[in-house]
Amino acid sequence: MFSYEFDWSVLWREPYGQWMLNGIWTTIHLSLLAWGIAVALGLMVAVLRVLPNRITRFIGGTYVEVIRNTPYLVQLFFWYFVVPSILPEASEKWLYDHVPDLPYWTGVICLGVYTASRVGEQIRAGMQSIPPEQYQAAFSTGLTTYQVYRHVIIPYSLRIIIPPFTTEFLTCFKNSALTMTIGVLETTGASYLIDSYTWHGLETTTAASVVYIVITLCVVFFMAWVERRIHIPGMIKRG
Amino acid sequence: MDWAVIPRNLSFLLGGLVLTFELAAISLAGGFLLGIIMGLGRLSSRKWIYYPASLYVNFFRSLPLILVIFWFYFMVPFIIGRPLGDFLSAIIAFIAFEAAYFAEIVRGGIQSVPQGQVMAGYSTGLSYYETMRHIILPQALRNMVPPIVTQCVIIFQDTSLAYVIGLKEFLRRTSLVDSRELRSLELYLFAGFVYLIFCSIGTIASRRLESRQIRR
Repeated sequence: MFSYEFDWSVLWREPYGQWMLNGIWTTIHLSLLAWGIAVALGLMVAVLRVLPNRITRFIGGTYVEVIRNTPYLVQLFFWYFVVPSILPEASEKWLYDHVPDLPYWTGVICLGVYTASRVGEQIRAGMQSIPPEQYQAAFSTGLTTYQVYRHVIIPYSLRIIIPPFTTEFLTCFKNSALTMTIGVLETTGASYLIDSYTWHGLETTTAASVVYIVITLCVVFFMAWVERRIHIPGMIKRG
Repeated sequence: MDWAVIPRNLSFLLGGLVLTFELAAISLAGGFLLGIIMGLGRLSSRKWIYYPASLYVNFFRSLPLILVIFWFYFMVPFIIGRPLGDFLSAIIAFIAFEAAYFAEIVRGGIQSVPQGQVMAGYSTGLSYYETMRHIILPQALRNMVPPIVTQCVIIFQDTSLAYVIGLKEFLRRTSLVDSRELRSLELYLFAGFVYLIFCSIGTIASRRLESRQIRR
């Protein structure tokens, strides 16, 4: 028999407990920052894809297809190993000298750009789920294209896409674990690091799983609450 | 730029691609079978089937795949008493993880079949098993095909995560070649391009199938 002594104290013993807590905190702000980028960029991509212009549609479409049809890990390595090397030498040097936590910021940008392609598709689906009469009515009141989107289409779409957004945020949150491959010590990275010091991977991995499950549940319950709060009377309500 | 690095290491890289396809194919088959069981379990009216199946699906869907891979990497030796090796433990992790997603596809597919079909099946005297086997599943499977093809693309991409436990699949080999040749730009562009081609084929196929179904 493979003898294995459980030692759960690796989860709170000095210094491992602190590593774990830092990891959880890193997971949270990394995914939130990436989510911010994803929503801003995703909104732009979605608008590019629905504008009545072939060139913008092509740009938006290509972006989505390329990002969605390559593995996230390949993109992460591309951002981390390739992008600094193709920058001009001066900016590459500046990057290594002045960005204290390069893997972290690479992770944020890559995760943001990756999630944006998925978010963009959800936003586009949300926009297209709005009946064309809404557009016609908005235009007929004399609003410009910008105003139609800003005041009519986007406020409606935002509410329609909250359920898929919740799913996408959770995907983004789970994908943040992959940044450990470029050395970011988020939850998974921290649990792996503690394992390499203590040989107690089973405990640390279990603890990390609990962290992900608890945060997922919190997000699900919070979003269900938000959904009820901002619900527009007359629109289809969930369950 | 020195693109000669690709042909120089092509056979090594393609060997990794073969392993990537093997991983994807086995995970797909295993994950789909387990997914059908879990998906049917999620629709069961018996509580002792419904709750474990739901727990399974929600458990794996709230974890990052990378963590599941680590988990089996640490867990399996503990259970069976000896290490399993990278390939088997990666396979088990992929099957367990993808099954949760297939379960949701199966459930969605079955729920898309109108309830009247089940009743019609029962009313002709068929048993639960026969109704499922001859009436519901054939219709449900047709609805499931586009999301299943999409899931194949996702699995194909997901196999790159076996990188973390050192399995020499396509991405791992790319990074190994890179550490020897120091040609990140060419190598990662090539890797991305290869994934892009295979995944695009899947994505386009899925879209075709979907629009054909809408027309039907």
